[in-house]
Amino acid sequence: MSFISYLINGISLGSVYAIIALGYTMVYGIAKMLNFAHGDVIMVGSFAVFTIVSTLGLSPILGILVAVVICTVLGMAIERVAYKPLRNASSPLAVLITAIGVSYLLQNIALLIFGANTKSFTSVVTISPLKLADGQLMISGETIVTIIAGIVIMIGLTLFVNKSKAGQAMLAVSEDKGAAQLMGINVNGTIALTFAIGSALAAIAGVLLCSAYPSLTPYTGAMPGIKAFVAAVFGGIGSIPGAMIGGILLGIIEILGKAYISSQMADAIVFAVLIIVLLVKPTGILGKNIQEKV
Amino acid sequence: MKKMKMTKTAKNNFVTYFIVLIAYILVQILLKSGHMSSLMEGLLVPLCIYVMLAVSLNLTVGILGELSLGHAGFMCVGAFSGAFFSKCMDGAMPDGIRFFIALLIGAAVAGVFGIVIGIPVLRLKGDYLAIVTLAFGEIIKNLVNVLYIGKDNNGFHFSMKDSISLHLGEEGQVIVNGAQGITGTPHDASFTAGVLLIFISLFIILNLINSRDGRAIMSIRDNRIAAESTGINITKYKLMAFSISAAIAGVAGVLYAHNLSTLTALPKNFGYNMSIMILVFVVLGGIGNIRGSIISAVILTLLPELLRGLSDYRMLIYAIVLIAMMLFNWSPKAIEWKDKLKEKYFSKIPFRKEKEVK
Repeated sequence: MSFISYLINGISLGSVYAIIALGYTMVYGIAKMLNFAHGDVIMVGSFAVFTIVSTLGLSPILGILVAVVICTVLGMAIERVAYKPLRNASSPLAVLITAIGVSYLLQNIALLIFGANTKSFTSVVTISPLKLADGQLMISGETIVTIIAGIVIMIGLTLFVNKSKAGQAMLAVSEDKGAAQLMGINVNGTIALTFAIGSALAAIAGVLLCSAYPSLTPYTGAMPGIKAFVAAVFGGIGSIPGAMIGGILLGIIEILGKAYISSQMADAIVFAVLIIVLLVKPTGILGKNIQEKV
Repeated sequence: MKKMKMTKTAKNNFVTYFIVLIAYILVQILLKSGHMSSLMEGLLVPLCIYVMLAVSLNLTVGILGELSLGHAGFMCVGAFSGAFFSKCMDGAMPDGIRFFIALLIGAAVAGVFGIVIGIPVLRLKGDYLAIVTLAFGEIIKNLVNVLYIGKDNNGFHFSMKDSISLHLGEEGQVIVNGAQGITGTPHDASFTAGVLLIFISLFIILNLINSRDGRAIMSIRDNRIAAESTGINITKYKLMAFSISAAIAGVAGVLYAHNLSTLTALPKNFGYNMSIMILVFVVLGGIGNIRGSIISAVILTLLPELLRGLSDYRMLIYAIVLIAMMLFNWSPKAIEWKDKLKEKYFSKIPFRKEKEVK
């Protein structure tokens, strides 16, 4: 019975990772850059909800909406100011370092506004825990909401990318920027839209993460950000279904590793699995292998 | 032997050594005349450590052309192996010799780790390679945190659980105590030792770059397939660059360990944040430019300290300066603008066009 409960917790944590990883992977697919500041957008979203719900005492739904709007605007602003000028830079490392700079910037702004003390985040979920099998199996409301939110977002995003015009434009831009432009696609607009969606997802992920693990500091986003990055690579970076699979697998591995092997070494186990997968399949689970031609 | 005329590279390297030497002399003058605050004095050894880390990472990122995000992991390996040796041998041999052997051990262990990790990792490419090096770095940090080693009359005892399960004898002593790390490492590091080590690392790296092997490594960076088809052993040269880079990071780690009385593996000092910070030095100084790495490591380490008067705002300003410098240095528009300015104001002075390193 405890195994099932761990598994469900793992899927729940994995859903959060998957939502964050979707943002990573979409941005990577379209802008070919590792957005190191993505984890900090999660933190900004969490602080927005924290301010509205705990400090101002307004309704959680409003808090989430405002957080999504703030993060969307923030994501687009970051892209416009910090990443767009470097899109054609001679080295891809330039934009990576700028992203690190943005990450430092967001962390330090949050540090100045909210201080370094850990804030205890009040869960936005009010559903009572679900008891199954005569109370032997307890699933918390946060877990249920997280899993449902994860499923809804994954289905929604898949439909959006595959069925809508904007989604098709995204795929086209990620495949070949030049050709997409020749076909009349607004490349700048599509990239901005990608950042907007990725950041909105980060805001939702932040709320879900902080509801399940209710401690909030300016550095809260960093580790989940890195883990989600690992999840995106795990599933094959640039691939949307890959990010979902990678995220959920990573969450399950982490929780099971914590429960059955060693709680101190959970991170090491996650990274070890990643290394093994990449050594067997160097482009991740669903990654495309592009053959280098002379 | 007849004295030969200095080539351009030799001149260039000489300038690099000279800058370090001048900086060393300047600092010594400031120290002797008492013009240096104790805060700055405490920063001297870390400066040497960062310079060595930046220079060694530049070998991987700039010369070999592979993005590594696990450099702090090698530093961690070096720090713990060096400190472990010093702790075991404390009092058994003269301080200078002990420190020297500790440095060699740190370099050797980190170098071996570089080879062991490099064999699987260097088969990957680009961002996959970056994330795997990051993963290895985090694993090393994590493992060190659960490692317990003790010593008693029966020899060494290992455990991955806690210090009690070491089952030490009566005279036993816990050397590596899990998350508490190694305490009481002798304070052997000094600024002079640090600068000497910088000279040695520079000597190794600059000579490597300008040797036949170095050119082979750079040819892999520029075009792997072309290099392979001219008969260059890709694996050998990649491993060579990677393990030398790791070994120098290991030496920096030993220096770090002997500068502090307590050595613990925290996310702050051996986590991916540290690796990223070193990468920032390398990219800001110029990818593949060793002298640039030294200068940017010094400036970026001093910057937060110089801004200390601004207290809470210093890291914010640091972040803004970092973003602004990256945009100014790398954005195609800014480069175009700078070229225009150059043409407008300096067109009469004949500029020596530097060859661009890709």
